[in-house]
Amino acid sequence: MAKDEFEKREFKVVGTRVARPDGLDKVTGRARYGADMSAPGMLVGYCLRSPHAHARIKSIDTSEAEAMAGVKAVITRADFTNVPASDGTRDILDNVMANDKALYDGHTVAAVAATSRSAAKAALKAIKVDYEVLPHVTDVDAAMLPGAPELHQGRQQESVPEGFSQNVLARSQYGHGDVDAGFAQADVIIERSFKTAATHQGYIEPHACLATMGNDNQGDLFCCTQGHYMVRNTCADILGMESGRLRVTASEIGGGFGGKTTVFLEPVALMLSKKSGKPVKMTMSRDEVMRASGPTASTSIDIKIGTTRDGVITAATGEFRYQSGCFYAMNGALGAMCGFAPYDLENLKSVGWEVTTNRPKAAAYRAPGAPMAAFAVESVVDEVAKEIGMDPIDFRLKNAADEGTKSAYGPTYPAIGLRATLEAAKAHPHWSAPLGKNQGRGVGCGFWFNFGGDTCVSLMLNPDGTVSLSEGNPDIGGSRASMSMMAAEELGVPYENVRTIVADTASLGQNEVTDGSRVTFAVGLATIKAARHAIEIMKARAAATWGIDAEAVEWVDGAAQPAGPNAGKFPPLTVKEIAATMSNTGGPIAGHFEANAEGAGVSFGTHICDTEVDPETGAVKILRYTVFQDAGKAVHPDYVEGQLQGGAVQGIGWALNEEYIYGEDGTLQNAGYLDYRIPVASDLPMIEPVILEIPNPGHPYGVRGVGETGIVPPLATIANAVSRAAGVRMTSLPMSPPKVLAAIKAN
Amino acid sequence: MKFETPHSVDDAVAILRADPEARVLAGGTDLLVRLRAGHISPSAVVDIKRIPGMRDISQEDGGWRIGAGVSCAEMGEHAGLKAAYPGVVEGAELIGSTQVQGRCTMAGNLCNAGPAGDSVPAMVAAQATARVAGPNGTRDVAVFDIPTAPGQTSLAEGEFITSIFLPAPPAHSSDAYLRFIPRTEMDIAVVGCAVNLTLDAAGTVTSASMSLGAVGPKVKQVDASALVGTICDDAAVEALAAAATAAATPIDDKRGTIAFRKDVSGVLAKRAARIAYIRAKGASS
Repeated sequence: MAKDEFEKREFKVVGTRVARPDGLDKVTGRARYGADMSAPGMLVGYCLRSPHAHARIKSIDTSEAEAMAGVKAVITRADFTNVPASDGTRDILDNVMANDKALYDGHTVAAVAATSRSAAKAALKAIKVDYEVLPHVTDVDAAMLPGAPELHQGRQQESVPEGFSQNVLARSQYGHGDVDAGFAQADVIIERSFKTAATHQGYIEPHACLATMGNDNQGDLFCCTQGHYMVRNTCADILGMESGRLRVTASEIGGGFGGKTTVFLEPVALMLSKKSGKPVKMTMSRDEVMRASGPTASTSIDIKIGTTRDGVITAATGEFRYQSGCFYAMNGALGAMCGFAPYDLENLKSVGWEVTTNRPKAAAYRAPGAPMAAFAVESVVDEVAKEIGMDPIDFRLKNAADEGTKSAYGPTYPAIGLRATLEAAKAHPHWSAPLGKNQGRGVGCGFWFNFGGDTCVSLMLNPDGTVSLSEGNPDIGGSRASMSMMAAEELGVPYENVRTIVADTASLGQNEVTDGSRVTFAVGLATIKAARHAIEIMKARAAATWGIDAEAVEWVDGAAQPAGPNAGKFPPLTVKEIAATMSNTGGPIAGHFEANAEGAGVSFGTHICDTEVDPETGAVKILRYTVFQDAGKAVHPDYVEGQLQGGAVQGIGWALNEEYIYGEDGTLQNAGYLDYRIPVASDLPMIEPVILEIPNPGHPYGVRGVGETGIVPPLATIANAVSRAAGVRMTSLPMSPPKVLAAIKAN
Repeated sequence: MKFETPHSVDDAVAILRADPEARVLAGGTDLLVRLRAGHISPSAVVDIKRIPGMRDISQEDGGWRIGAGVSCAEMGEHAGLKAAYPGVVEGAELIGSTQVQGRCTMAGNLCNAGPAGDSVPAMVAAQATARVAGPNGTRDVAVFDIPTAPGQTSLAEGEFITSIFLPAPPAHSSDAYLRFIPRTEMDIAVVGCAVNLTLDAAGTVTSASMSLGAVGPKVKQVDASALVGTICDDAAVEALAAAATAAATPIDDKRGTIAFRKDVSGVLAKRAARIAYIRAKGASS
């Protein structure tokens, strides 16, 4: 498959703005989120969490807690006797239940299941943990230095040169050409260092699950996740059970943004259920979400770019140092791959570093690693353009990657939409609108890979001619609507006749997590192919009914009809008519498709933002914001616009106010939405989304994923706007008022 | 835990006196949050809103008496109160969200004794008093003297506030409150500043008071005499700003730095003074 999937066609359903199938349930409160499921005899589970950033656990005494009224199970790491098969899953186990050391403030060290919240909370207080507090480190640069407090020993990969602490786990390098020779040709060279704070995905729904494990070693789990197959496989590996014996059902999901692509409570709840013999429900508080579920990496980045006077970049280098909390995560490498991806560079050296610190393990957050890299690279690009007196969009157009460009991370690009987004931005009235006093305009580009992956879809024809569709991916961005639309388009039936559900792990084959902006692309592709499979069966039934060859039947507007005059003269048979008689023509009809989908198609976006800076307080107001992004084909434009707007809004928060603040003792100081400041509605202008459609050759309808690229350009775009408004280059995120005011005064 | 709904001040005092672990519930927007977070576990919660007068805004000696159970949103809908003390009302209407404002009260905000309470600086600048009921009867206390330190008040065991009194505003007077927050709403003041001015008929300031929030362990009264005798010109407001910056004694924390808070104290002093002056002049014409 891959590159030759796309066929130009006139769409009837795809591209319209149909009513969303989950809307009524969500606005009436009927939708069942992670904490909304209960079971007879259910207990509630709670975690005991480390108050220390780094401490050796010398002993844990649970005897008093176990003897308390209402307490049915107390577990520690000692209960997890199975050793998971993979390194990655061992890290996950170490993260959800501390082994010999607590590695961050909030790290779970024990858990309790009890008949009531108050009984469980009282039991947590009765657990005695003897900690030996160890020196800690939370800053990425400090963590890399020899002599820094070290979290692990012996985990450093061979790629790391000498002279670093054991916290530096890996180094990776990308690029091509000769950067020294390139810089020698430059008329202007600008070199800057940047820092970004860790931010949280900020989903509104906290992690929650209901676990049931029987004595027969069979289990059921209902949970809020972006990937219930991942939950099943990970939990089975941790508990040492066959994955087929654990059925996982995904709840409705109140936001994920990448943060729900791993497990936190689920293995703990299963173990509590196993030990107590009762169903156990667990729900995180917001404080726990902030302290112990995955934020993103904080970073320290150096960028150097050289250019000729007429605007050709001759060389670029980047050092991307990312701390991803207490375990390995590939974030610095992704930053090093993505930062320069929008540009056609002759000479490039881009280096990523993975560093551990005493913070919660970073989880994915929308294009993980890319926004911070784009912030640093696009800031220097902006400064270079300014230095040579060139319009920042013209400078980017002059150096933009195209079809045939060797990308920063290696492969050569097929048809891509970067230039189209830049040209659309330049032509948009926003770019030429006048600015007032203390106002500045910024522009920035961003890239994300997008992804395909393992995907299964089943499409069932019901006796009345309606269609039931099962996908295996939690719907975080409108996939049920999009799948119903693509099935309706392909079958030639009304959208309302197709209902899509998210099936449990026992109902479909393996599905990759809802991540990598993959679902509308990959599950959409599988839906179209499953529909085509069903159409082939329906054509065969019509052929048999008419007594002609199946090859002589074609599918037009939701009905089988003879392919031409030679095939015979029969009135068309509609889906409804074929369904009504299917029991007699060969039995039930269903189509299905399974594949590791390839050809996802990379994605680019360009953003423009106007800001106003209060020179007396450093407060930044976002005045106007426009997003230009290539969607390949927007299946449901409302959802696509929502993704573009949402990416911009999360980026605005990241750029201006969101940050993990640690105290001298290494504990998190702002574990809640009062002092961890995500934007509120009144902080934002209407974000104008402009969808471009450059078809992806790898998808039958040309679809590209749109979920992640939208968060890549905002940090840079806003920083460029603020830097121009304030008259001083901002190199540290967030650009909170104290930081902006200090920069203005220092200037 | 018991939930008490006394119908008289005496009953409420009796309950509070008998049970030192009991907590007073007015709007509950601080109490319930702390209760649910596990920070407090009172033996009883005493809802004072059923006591006659607690939900009333009434005129008294030309001033305004605001019951301890009056929500900040109700203040915002009271035309007479808004006309007399626009700064007090705008401070009260900045607390929390729209939903929170439907419950929260100025008396509760005062007794919570958070240094950043948004309704407190304008009350202090207005020379407001709190009526305190207790085992020894009733006393009137300057609002400034209620909070003593973060989370602590001067109220004795068994005492609670029944109302706030804003004195009769002199002719040609008005007030304003501004706060700085990193966002535009749903936030807590990094600096708060209230200015209350009285002018003569010609527009010259005859008396001025200023108070600052969130830049010390409790609300601060700051000398605003730099404005007296002026028409609130640039030199006068710059002098006021310098006084505010000098008086602020903030700390470095997750919400802001010392330098930032001192600077912004001056900026807000200037801006609030100009708003109060325009309002006072408008009131005089």
